[in-house]
Amino acid sequence: MSELPWLAGLPDARQRIRALGGAGPAAWELALELAGSRLDFLLTNALDTVIRRRFPAPPADSTLKPVRLAILGSGTFAHLHGAIRVAGLRHALWIELYECAFGQYRQELQDPASALHRFQPTAILIALDGYHLAAGVNAAMDASSCAQELDSVRARIHQTWTDARAAFQCPILHQTVLPVFPDVLGSNEHRLPGSRCHFLQQLNQSLRPMADASGVDLVAIDTVIGQDGIAQWHDPTLWHHAKQEIAPQAAPHYGDLVVRVLAARQGLSRKCLVLDLDNTLWGGVIGDDGLDGIVLGQGSAQGETFVAFQIYVKELARRGVILAVCSKNDETNALEVFDQHPDMILRRADIACFCANWSDKAHNLREIARQLNIGIDSLVFVDDNPFERELVRRELPEVAVPELSDDPATFAQTVSDAGYFESIAITEEDLARSAQYIGNSNREASRKSATDLRSYLEDLQMRLLWKRFDRVGLQRIVQLINKSNQFNLTTRRYTPEQVLEVMADPKAFGLQLRLLDRFGDNGVIAIVIGRLRDGHDLVLDTWLMSCRVLGRQVEQATLAVIVGVAESLGATRLVGEYVPTKKNDMVRDHYASLGFTVEHQDPSGASRSILEMAGFVPQQTSIAIIDETVT
Amino acid sequence: MATEASIYQTLTEIFHDVFVREDIQLRPDLKAADVEGWDSFKQIEIIVAAEQRFGIRLNSREMDSLTCVGDLARVIEQKLPEG
Repeated sequence: MSELPWLAGLPDARQRIRALGGAGPAAWELALELAGSRLDFLLTNALDTVIRRRFPAPPADSTLKPVRLAILGSGTFAHLHGAIRVAGLRHALWIELYECAFGQYRQELQDPASALHRFQPTAILIALDGYHLAAGVNAAMDASSCAQELDSVRARIHQTWTDARAAFQCPILHQTVLPVFPDVLGSNEHRLPGSRCHFLQQLNQSLRPMADASGVDLVAIDTVIGQDGIAQWHDPTLWHHAKQEIAPQAAPHYGDLVVRVLAARQGLSRKCLVLDLDNTLWGGVIGDDGLDGIVLGQGSAQGETFVAFQIYVKELARRGVILAVCSKNDETNALEVFDQHPDMILRRADIACFCANWSDKAHNLREIARQLNIGIDSLVFVDDNPFERELVRRELPEVAVPELSDDPATFAQTVSDAGYFESIAITEEDLARSAQYIGNSNREASRKSATDLRSYLEDLQMRLLWKRFDRVGLQRIVQLINKSNQFNLTTRRYTPEQVLEVMADPKAFGLQLRLLDRFGDNGVIAIVIGRLRDGHDLVLDTWLMSCRVLGRQVEQATLAVIVGVAESLGATRLVGEYVPTKKNDMVRDHYASLGFTVEHQDPSGASRSILEMAGFVPQQTSIAIIDETVT
Repeated sequence: MATEASIYQTLTEIFHDVFVREDIQLRPDLKAADVEGWDSFKQIEIIVAAEQRFGIRLNSREMDSLTCVGDLARVIEQKLPEG
């Protein structure tokens, strides 16, 4: 892949890169933000150029770990330097590079006076091209001469490792060989001993145990090419023209593959996978759809894709990745799925820290890191909702937040492609780690959010479009009324006929509200039904909202709309009712928090609250309110 | 069909990205020696970026034949689909 699809793109990346040269104290933050965004090879190189002009060294207070990386290769790599350095910034490394003169790596290694020795590398990358490595075989050769040739190539590589280690005592990375040759036999290529194509495959296979025995870490480009296809990585024209075995378009991906292994050696890989729940681990919303209503398990294609993702997550946990949950949900509802849903692969015991509440997610992620006693930069956060992803990226740039497609079938591959949990060895301790963290974790009550959301909400360019119920919207209105359980003040259900009655009643109104933001149209997200009593009281029979838009001041904006409509009917007071159910505890204080006065509360928790409209001043929000009936 | 002017406009953007400078004025006779840092590696970056933006492919012979911006613009114009 030529760009890194798990990174979020910046719409004005080119302008920001240009601006970096003149940027003041914020330049370093901007440089890191750009390095963490999705850029093609050209802009990656441009970013590297600007950063090197602006920052000959990282700022004194930066926490990047310095690495002096020497590339010992048989092709040219100059076109990959920028992408390797930029990937370094993405993985908290400041990388300085040295590349041996073309074809000279063995001489430089052996000559203590060489530029390589003067560079004093702290890490070495060995990358040998397939054309040279297979030069000693051809299709006419017999099996024993081919085996001999393979041994001799392996011995040469091994000698290079030994020499490099003796000279520099530093970590050695070895890039596996690109499968650059077309086959000459076909599917059963392996039956031709002298096939160059097969020869490179054998070499790559034998490099694995060899590297393990020598303590060398592989950069397994052959595995990645097995997924992407060789054409994404190698262009024979460019090899013959400039000895570039890796095509320039693949530079960002190459840089990331190399650097994630370097970072793993430094202990900088991520440790904990934090998961959203609704529409990430299962389809639907548990609070609204209930245990029987969520989509999970055999029987539907979608249900199976969520199971497949959970199995992948479970595999990560089995090899030592810590799991946590960060979800906007009632904890009881959320835990019920883990404890009782028959198709759940992940169970409560797999989750080291379970954060299901209505606080904003940046706050909860800080809390998860604190409870697990790991850095915020150890977290990877997976959420299907672009609003939450963007919020976390902004508030906590240290957290890795992969972009996801809208198809859950792709989630596992995306998390894998991003290489967050790159590990160079597996120890008993890794395998025991998850259990350990679960033992240590305690689910404390979450404190109030410290995150300032105002500027983020401003940037969202939210528009609340409202209109009265209409026949076009009837189906969605009825669906919302009968499905919403959590943010639902009275949980009164309506048939289509009853909704039509509301529409026909001059002393009642039904409102449907849609929320748009820069991510797109969230659709109808709130419903209000009001009825005029005694000429001046407007009773709020129904007020419900989708939990997806919680924490965005939609409630306050909706109230402003309600007041306007109620006034047009001649009302002077709003009467808000709360009818408690098992699932709507989150809106218990809804009316009080909007400035209503509680007039009556009975022991069951049901309450009636009043707002005098004469003194009402709508609260300032970041939402533009638009009357759709007049536009 | 892409006009010569529009080809030069896209190429100008590519040059500005490749050299991270806004002050490069493209003319048909502009060649590597005229621009600081235009080495063989930048040459390939320019070609690959042009291949991507214009949706074309240059073969080895065409790559070897390029001596100046005018040569590149001509190859692109020949390769672009008519209409």
